[in-house]
Amino acid sequence: MKYDKILLGHGSGGKLSHQLIEEVFLPYFSEDTLYKMDDAAVLEYPGNGLVFSTDSYVVDPIEFPGGDIGKIAVCGTVNDISMMGARPLFLSAGFIIEEGFSIEVLHRILTSMKNAALEAGVRIVTGDTKVVPRGAADKLFINTAGVGLPMAEKLPSGAGAKPGDQIIINGPIAEHGITVMATREGLEMDLSIKTDSAPLNHLVREIMAVSGEIHVMRDPTRGGIATTLNEIARQSEMAINIDENQLPITPEVSSACEILGLDPLYIANEGKILVFCSQDDTPRILEIMHKNKYGGAARVIGTVREEPRRKVILKTAIGGQRLIDMLAGEQLPRIC
Amino acid sequence: MKYLNEFRDERLARMLAGRIAEKANGLPELKFMEVCGSHTMAIARYGLRRMLPANIGLISGPGCPVCVTPNHYLDHAIALGRLQDVILVTFGDMLRVPGSTSSLEKERAGGSDIRIVYSTMDAVEMARKNSGKKVIFLGVGFETTAPTIAASVVQAEKMALQNYFVLCAHKTMPKPMEAIAGGKKVPLDGFICPAHVSTIIGSHPYDFLSVKYGKYCVIAGFEPLDILEAIDMLLSQVHSKKPKVEIQYARVATADGNPTALKLMEKVFKVCDTEWRGIGMIPGSGLCLNDRYASFDAALRFEVEIERTIEETACICGEVMQGLARPPECPLFGTVCTPESPVGACMVSSEGSCAAAYKYEQLI
Repeated sequence: MKYDKILLGHGSGGKLSHQLIEEVFLPYFSEDTLYKMDDAAVLEYPGNGLVFSTDSYVVDPIEFPGGDIGKIAVCGTVNDISMMGARPLFLSAGFIIEEGFSIEVLHRILTSMKNAALEAGVRIVTGDTKVVPRGAADKLFINTAGVGLPMAEKLPSGAGAKPGDQIIINGPIAEHGITVMATREGLEMDLSIKTDSAPLNHLVREIMAVSGEIHVMRDPTRGGIATTLNEIARQSEMAINIDENQLPITPEVSSACEILGLDPLYIANEGKILVFCSQDDTPRILEIMHKNKYGGAARVIGTVREEPRRKVILKTAIGGQRLIDMLAGEQLPRIC
Repeated sequence: MKYLNEFRDERLARMLAGRIAEKANGLPELKFMEVCGSHTMAIARYGLRRMLPANIGLISGPGCPVCVTPNHYLDHAIALGRLQDVILVTFGDMLRVPGSTSSLEKERAGGSDIRIVYSTMDAVEMARKNSGKKVIFLGVGFETTAPTIAASVVQAEKMALQNYFVLCAHKTMPKPMEAIAGGKKVPLDGFICPAHVSTIIGSHPYDFLSVKYGKYCVIAGFEPLDILEAIDMLLSQVHSKKPKVEIQYARVATADGNPTALKLMEKVFKVCDTEWRGIGMIPGSGLCLNDRYASFDAALRFEVEIERTIEETACICGEVMQGLARPPECPLFGTVCTPESPVGACMVSSEGSCAAAYKYEQLI
């Protein structure tokens, strides 16, 4: 590590986060499941195994258009389990609360956790609360962990992409990150932008029911689709080609990104899924997705090739070509 | 979307590229400098170099405000940030730029109160809300940003704030272009002139570049079609053999610029000499707070010990910014110096030439 202190960039989900995990964390815990760097661990267990995952939520502000920290805490872990091709069943929830936090707001957040769990069909079966002195935490942090059961013998994995695979996304990108940023900065922007936070387990169950050739599923959260696609290209040792003109993005989000000088490819999503599947199964999967409320705008955005390995290449809107790298640190607003 | 997708149309881009190829046919090798960092980024991001004929070269210029800010300024800001009760306020780009031994990002992790804003008015508001603290804004940028800093100072005066200050390192544009046009180091045929700077200053400040130095000049927008059209216009000038300053970015930029912004700058700033990272001192190329507003000048109001400036000797940012070298020619490029651990400012800024080359133009 070139740094002797943790920088905010170490939490961005991009290159610095990877360095931190690989160079500082992994050496202490030599579990195979950790080295796979998937969204969740697949453990040996009678039947098809057991899927186990955890995630912490520290979003600021804790409430924003379309959701709050409670909703993403439930949906995030539900989605991480789902991405492994498993059906999420049980969740734990841990709360770290700052002294002085409003009980009324807490009620609101718990209500949205309850609703998200109901929609996903998961049960929150164990929990913990801690209160820390004012200033020792920022309002409210939530950790959730969850277990689920695999829905097939052959499970998707970040290392599973194959040449010729098509890459599907279930809707427009960058909505969550832009919503949070706009709320945090108090930017007076179009109010129609809201988080895409959603539990995707039902969508995953439906597409797995019609296709046995889903090779990778990932939810492109922190670091955006650019970072997730890079992770998959590296884990699978494949080249990923993306067509900028096929990338779904709403005009509102696109304008906000232009104004703030941010690249939507690197902005977080909380209700998006990238599906890598064999070309033959694409029409079936798209048809199912289009019927689901979280997949109406699903489309193919790219394909997998063998060369150049470990690279993600974008065909730009005007027909040029460029590499897409992982996010290097925090995405910072520019001067002019 | 209105005013966005229209300027990224694949069919029009191909048509313009075709027209450029036709006009370039038979011409000798030509080199144009894109002055702005945002131009550099757009050229790399959309893969424009590959769409141009072999005899048309694009060279990146000194128009990335973060890149040209010298180490000494950062060291000064870092020292101010370490003072008691100081809030340093900056635009986001500056956060990761390395100073001599630290950066604002590292200082923030070390406990300095450093905050990012999108608007200078947010900094003024911050000063009003934190009357017990001293709010120091890092005034970096060209004529695009300078009026907004000027406005914040006028506003702070109006509100009678005693705790709002600016550490000024503003630079103005046409001067370094003259240094490059007049120097013999870069054989240059013309300039793709800045977009946003020109919306403030207009086109006349560039006139001497064509009159005195015979350079072809077109003020261009930042979208890929803007840049392609500007190159097409430059080639028309080359064919006519009449160098002049034209405006491609006519939807925003005018010959006379923005009189309100210019008046505001004149009210608050005075012209001064300033140092450009990698290029050195350029007389009369900077803006400092004038005597009337001297009480807002953080450099005058706070006495701090600034560490001795250390320059990374192997970094060739300076040459890159003058168009003397392309980023991959730097021995540090992509190995020691990467966006996650940048050595030079050109690798840090979202508009830096090295960042553009590293992010978008590495061999596919």
